[in-house]
Amino acid sequence: MHSFHSMLNYFPEEVLEHIFDFLTSHRDRNAVSLVCKSWYAVERFSREKVFVGNCYAISPERLIARFPRVRSLTLKGKPHFADFNLVPNDWGGYVQPWIESIVRGRVNLEELRLKRMLVSDESLELLATFFPNFKSLVLVSCEGFTTDGLAAIASNCRFLRELDLQENEVEDRRGQWLSCFPDSCTSLVSLNFTCLKGEVNLASLERLVARCRNLRSLRVNNAVPLDALQRILAQAPQLVDLGTGSFVHDPDTESYNKLETSMQKCTSITSLSGFLDVSARCLPAVYPICGQLTSLNLSYAPGIYSDELVKLICYCNRLERLLVLDTIGDKGLGVVASSCKELQELRVFLSDVYGIGNTAVTEEGLVAISAGCPKLNSILYFCQQMTNEALIMVAKNCPNFIRFRLCTLNPTVPDAITMQPLDEGFGAIVKSCKDLKRLSISGLLTDQVFLYIGRYAKQLEMLSIAFAGDSDKGMLSVLNGCKKLKKLEIRDCPFGNVALLADMGKYETMRSLWMSSCEVTFGACKTLAQKMPRLNVEIINENDQIEASVDDKQKVEKMYLYRTLVGPRKDAPGFVWTL
Amino acid sequence: MSPPLLDVEGGGRGNAPLMSSSASGDCISQSGSGLKECNFLGLSDCSSVDSSAVSNVCGENKNNLNFKATELRLGLPGSRSPERDSDFSLLSSGKLDEKQLFPLLPSKDGICSLMQKSIVSGNKRGFSDTMDGFSEIKSSVFTEGKWMFNANGSDSGTPQSVVEAKLAGNAGINVILTNNSSGAQPSMKKEVPTRAPKEGQNKMNGSNNNSSAPAAKAQVVGWPPIRSFRKNTLATTSKNNEEVDGKPGPGALFIKVSMDGAPYLRKVDLRMYSTYQELSSALEKMFMCFTIRKCGSQETPDREMLGENKFKDLLHGSDYVLTFEDKDGDWMLVGDVPWGMFIESCKRLKIMKGSDAIGLAPRTMEKSKNQN
Repeated sequence: MHSFHSMLNYFPEEVLEHIFDFLTSHRDRNAVSLVCKSWYAVERFSREKVFVGNCYAISPERLIARFPRVRSLTLKGKPHFADFNLVPNDWGGYVQPWIESIVRGRVNLEELRLKRMLVSDESLELLATFFPNFKSLVLVSCEGFTTDGLAAIASNCRFLRELDLQENEVEDRRGQWLSCFPDSCTSLVSLNFTCLKGEVNLASLERLVARCRNLRSLRVNNAVPLDALQRILAQAPQLVDLGTGSFVHDPDTESYNKLETSMQKCTSITSLSGFLDVSARCLPAVYPICGQLTSLNLSYAPGIYSDELVKLICYCNRLERLLVLDTIGDKGLGVVASSCKELQELRVFLSDVYGIGNTAVTEEGLVAISAGCPKLNSILYFCQQMTNEALIMVAKNCPNFIRFRLCTLNPTVPDAITMQPLDEGFGAIVKSCKDLKRLSISGLLTDQVFLYIGRYAKQLEMLSIAFAGDSDKGMLSVLNGCKKLKKLEIRDCPFGNVALLADMGKYETMRSLWMSSCEVTFGACKTLAQKMPRLNVEIINENDQIEASVDDKQKVEKMYLYRTLVGPRKDAPGFVWTL
Repeated sequence: MSPPLLDVEGGGRGNAPLMSSSASGDCISQSGSGLKECNFLGLSDCSSVDSSAVSNVCGENKNNLNFKATELRLGLPGSRSPERDSDFSLLSSGKLDEKQLFPLLPSKDGICSLMQKSIVSGNKRGFSDTMDGFSEIKSSVFTEGKWMFNANGSDSGTPQSVVEAKLAGNAGINVILTNNSSGAQPSMKKEVPTRAPKEGQNKMNGSNNNSSAPAAKAQVVGWPPIRSFRKNTLATTSKNNEEVDGKPGPGALFIKVSMDGAPYLRKVDLRMYSTYQELSSALEKMFMCFTIRKCGSQETPDREMLGENKFKDLLHGSDYVLTFEDKDGDWMLVGDVPWGMFIESCKRLKIMKGSDAIGLAPRTMEKSKNQN
């Protein structure tokens, strides 16, 4: 029943619901649900897409209770630093309990998006068996499953539209999972199996592509040779997003000529990736579509080296998103700056993944890009060195950064010219980029940079810090100043108990805090856990089982704390101690 | 360009200062009889030191790990590292394009080398001490840094041994020095907390185990921050660097570079360069310490316009000649053919003395002589 005290409530529920339909962002819907009880009620019954940033912040049962009509679920598991081997594999993030709850709750799940979670074949089989309308599976940086699980999905999900596997560790059972798509399956719109290492039946793939007339995005793995790609492209000229397999062939063959022809017909391709294996002489086949590309990912193409890279990019005048390896060099970045005026996002990765060599990319490349690409708003940049002067210039050229992530090979390298800390440079960035949401800093940095961040980075939501700062003041500046901070991850910094405990309530406004190799002690963590029951304070201690009596003064190696409504998790392994 | 690293291997006399120049407080005696514990905070006994590892100290040719130099010496907070040995001027600061991060830094072909800063005696060493030309701000901060060194020996069957230094007390620094024979699994190691260090513990998440390191390395866990998936994928690609259609495949193209009179070889990645001039500069930097350059009139400081001919002029003017061994096993003068063709056929590089290179003169040189 409605209460008619407020004019807003004069609208019947259906109207409210219709209005809320226009709200797609979960943040908007969260805000709307806080207005009043009736809006909360209307909103919860109408929400179909739910985003859970930390799978341990809430339980699946409570989620389903609040949102019984959920059709699409996004879950994130492990903390970000798990990407860099700082979190043991079996720390947690299992999707199985979620799927079991969803099955029990008789939810009509259609979409599942997981990031950094542990997914088992059993989970995939449950999905395939119990959700007849299942349409979309997106797995990013997950592990624990094999191609058998994929076979289950392929066999049973009759209306599957999207199977998108990004950078997962998948065990290949050589079971021809792709051949499990039945002949009746014609609904695929997006298929990405780049991260799989094994072979797929090429004939099955070609037939699948031929019958899925709505296929828009296809990213194959390295086991798919170039001639197969040609046959696929001939069947699917409507593709919008293409990830190549092995791009190696003798260019003096008919097969290659056919590829050139087929490629030219693909006038809709705006996104290109792949090239894990590539022969430079085959690249010209791609030139005809370069002018249409808005997104180009060559960050897994170590075989394309500097001059070919530049030649290719020269043609890509509409590029908005570019991912490359540092083999492009400063000079290459200069070419990007002059060719790609629409560029918004740039990521330059290390080709030498162990970081023991040098990289051809320095501050000069960054400055060139900032000068040439006024629309730049997102950058991830691995480089050999940096200077304050360069960062100040970048800040001036590009005040629109939303994401700014800089990583110097040597994490504490000073300004290459003045040998000063890089405080001023990053200070300029945060001062100029008022919409900055994500920041990663590196290089020699003192407390001063954190003063700047606290003072200027008012929209900052995620901050990553390593080997920086002098004292607790640094961390305090950030905690006090960054009102919108959601995720803070710190490693190897001299921040300790004073900073940790100064404002304990702050952590309930954040999703999570990670601190490793800092100066925080057991005693302080215990205090925090005691005082804040709605935080899980986890100590990760890989080499020992948890000891009953730990010296409070002892430093904590790895601490991960996050807000939660459901208390300590029950699936924590032995080396994780929730205080 | 690879930074000039000092290499402990090899019998070069020039290397001797490396070992003997460590100042007072050496914990390993010159005779290599055993690790004496001293200068460690609260260290009672390095009982876990493998004696076979210790015997590798000091100047044995086939051994690649100088334990003395890799030893951590810690002093009280506030103390500083000693002056750098002047012999180590190679590693002077300037543009910081060196690998300065790590005290034990093997070169790319698996030979363990030393960074200058690891020869510290009796003083506290923090993270900053491993940096060249670094401010002291950090030095007081990182006494409690956790370190992991993993130095893979090269392929002479160096026994697997682990040296572990455990320090009592809150300042607990755990150092694991591991000497793996080549081909051993990767070097990424988990940090080990102070309470119960385990020898040779190599607990990684599964995704990282598969790639074998291209060369030995010492690293901080999780830096640079690259996803394991990316590491594994790119590492595998380089490893499978097979020739396709007779041409080199994708990935790095490391070849050995030798120089007459130099005690050790280097390796360069030809893919890092796109012109002869770049290669020449890189090699010059690498072998600078061994080159006695006679400034001839032909030498031009400005190398912007160096083409292939000028490259040869430069070398000829400087007493050394750059040659390469091609697929057929012939030694050729570098610079004749276009760059792309060169890297496809080059198997090794050799910097010869000019006098030895007679007979390798290219046709173009003879032509120009004839034209004069």
